[in-house]
Amino acid sequence: MAEARILNVAEALREATDVAMEHDPRIFVMGEGVSDPKAIFGTTAGLAERYGAARVMEMPIAENGFTGVAIGAAIMGRRPLIVHQRVDFALLSLEQLFNNAAKTCYVTGGHHTVPLVVRMIVGRGWGQGPAHSQSLEPLFAMIPGLKVVMPTTAREAKGQLIAALEDPNPVIMIEHRWVHYATGHVPAGRYTVPLDGPRRVREGGDVTIVATSYMLLEALRAAETLEKAGISADVIDMAVLRPFAPEPIVDSVRRTGRLLFIDTGFRQFGIGAEVVATVVEQAFGSLVTPPVRLGLPEHPTPSSRALLTDFYPTALSIIDAAAALTGIEPARIAAPRAALAAELAKLPVDVPHPTFRGPF
Amino acid sequence: MTTSRAGADLPDLYRAMRRIRMIEEAVAVRYAEQEMRCPVHLSIGQEAVAVGVCAGMRPDDQLVSTHRCHAHYLAKNGDLKAMLAEIYGKAAGCCGGRGGSMHLTDSTAGVLLSLPIVASSIPIAVGAALAIRQEGRDAVAATFMGDGSIEEGVFHESMNFAALMRLPVLFILENNLYSCYTGLKDRQPRRPFVDLARGYGMPAEAADGNDVEAVREAARRAIARARAGDGPTLLVFDTYRWREHCGPNYDNDIGYRTEAEFLDWKERCPVEQAHRRLVAAGRHDEAAEAAMTAAIQAEINEAFAFAKTAPFPSPETARSHVYG
Repeated sequence: MAEARILNVAEALREATDVAMEHDPRIFVMGEGVSDPKAIFGTTAGLAERYGAARVMEMPIAENGFTGVAIGAAIMGRRPLIVHQRVDFALLSLEQLFNNAAKTCYVTGGHHTVPLVVRMIVGRGWGQGPAHSQSLEPLFAMIPGLKVVMPTTAREAKGQLIAALEDPNPVIMIEHRWVHYATGHVPAGRYTVPLDGPRRVREGGDVTIVATSYMLLEALRAAETLEKAGISADVIDMAVLRPFAPEPIVDSVRRTGRLLFIDTGFRQFGIGAEVVATVVEQAFGSLVTPPVRLGLPEHPTPSSRALLTDFYPTALSIIDAAAALTGIEPARIAAPRAALAAELAKLPVDVPHPTFRGPF
Repeated sequence: MTTSRAGADLPDLYRAMRRIRMIEEAVAVRYAEQEMRCPVHLSIGQEAVAVGVCAGMRPDDQLVSTHRCHAHYLAKNGDLKAMLAEIYGKAAGCCGGRGGSMHLTDSTAGVLLSLPIVASSIPIAVGAALAIRQEGRDAVAATFMGDGSIEEGVFHESMNFAALMRLPVLFILENNLYSCYTGLKDRQPRRPFVDLARGYGMPAEAADGNDVEAVREAARRAIARARAGDGPTLLVFDTYRWREHCGPNYDNDIGYRTEAEFLDWKERCPVEQAHRRLVAAGRHDEAAEAAMTAAIQAEINEAFAFAKTAPFPSPETARSHVYG
């Protein structure tokens, strides 16, 4: 057996782009900073040197314009990959994405397709503030014609990005900045992870915990602690938001009777709203207790870490919600919860990783 | 058979304009039947820009148009039956009834897309030009833009990018003086439109938008530059929308413009100008006119009959092709 290749998500995304570009000369990268020294947190590092400026194209600060350019080129059979350092900048391109990327295949009865991939990064911590840390995936997930994915593990990030670059449809890939630090085994070479729906990442029978992106890592941490208290969580990665394929979640809830959804974005009108509504519609009779959603509160993201104390769901708030859902004695969870809390307290709330030194 | 009118003489240009005028007038007349149930933005009065520009374009040259796309589509040899069937919402429409009058497309003719959101089409044409560059071909792309579209930010973004990359694209500013019911003077400062191009270091040329030969010559120079790798051009053509912004009627009585202004522009009708020029040169006469219009009318009648009798798409197909 080959030695495990351990990469973080940022490295996996870089490798995916490299592998796909080598395989398909029609693929080219566009974005603000894709060939600069920082190379989008390293995710495009070395690509400009390897493939040249014609295939790794530095862009003017014109998100809607160059998104339209990418769509026009994609309709003509090219395969653009756009990268936005922050989701918040992509807001300027919604007209092109919603009206043209998402609808051209439909309007032309399948005659034209728009093989476009747009990576958007959600910021968090180090004072990113209200317009550099928005998790806006519901905006994109509500539009038929777009595919929307949120990779969390390194293996999945690479496979999803290669699959997206080979897909005939516009794919929005939303990456949480803190997910970039997550490491895992990544196979070498070309492989794909299908863009088809959520997947179970941990088996359990007491409660179904579904999470998007970075919140999956918090949920997995929570699940380990819950296990120590005798609660086994079925943890599902909401890796693909659209096409929406709720079957694995509905099936899980039919077994566990309990649903806890953790949104990386806002709780209200978040992805969890759609998931909970669907589970209630399809598995109402299996629910032994009302579903619970965690997510961001109803205010913008403040900059100061002092104001962020209770802003994001954490493994601890997930443990508390799961404990309440399953109705276990607080005493049973107290010791493992305290141990985790002590562990988490070692890292400040606004820093993703021990190696992180700012500025973004 | 080539579909380009690159070598086209005035008779061909005149016929193309007359045909578009007759088609649009037929749409206007039949609109009252309440069977064309989608918004229509008629091109009547603006035929010279469409025909003059497309005269120099080949089928592999890509055109991207706007909500007011009928003349552009027809001038580029878009299929008439597919256009009318689309307006009637039929399965045989160029979009199978999914787009309507504002989404005309015909790949065979090089009508890449028409898009109804103002200025949304501009970067699409720039992207088509980028694809052409990446494929190493000598084709060009062209985007028709109304005067309102240059008020949108994406016009600037597209001009900047096309100039930066020296892409083979024509920005065709078709100034008809009105954005819906708001006049140009209420929306933009007075300055020559060609000056806009200077800000991007891009060549520009203005010509009488109601003189099809002047349009053709300006477009021909821009297309030659683009094919030679010398980059984009802004072309500016003043013209006039005869009818209401959307719909089949005249609207000189509702207060935003005057009958006198309309009559002044009507005097400069692009179709009649070309007709007079041909007659004066002894190249056209009443008999030839009658024969030509009879042939066009027969084509129009047949196309309307086709569109009206063509079957609607079946309801269950509404869900197909969301993804490719």
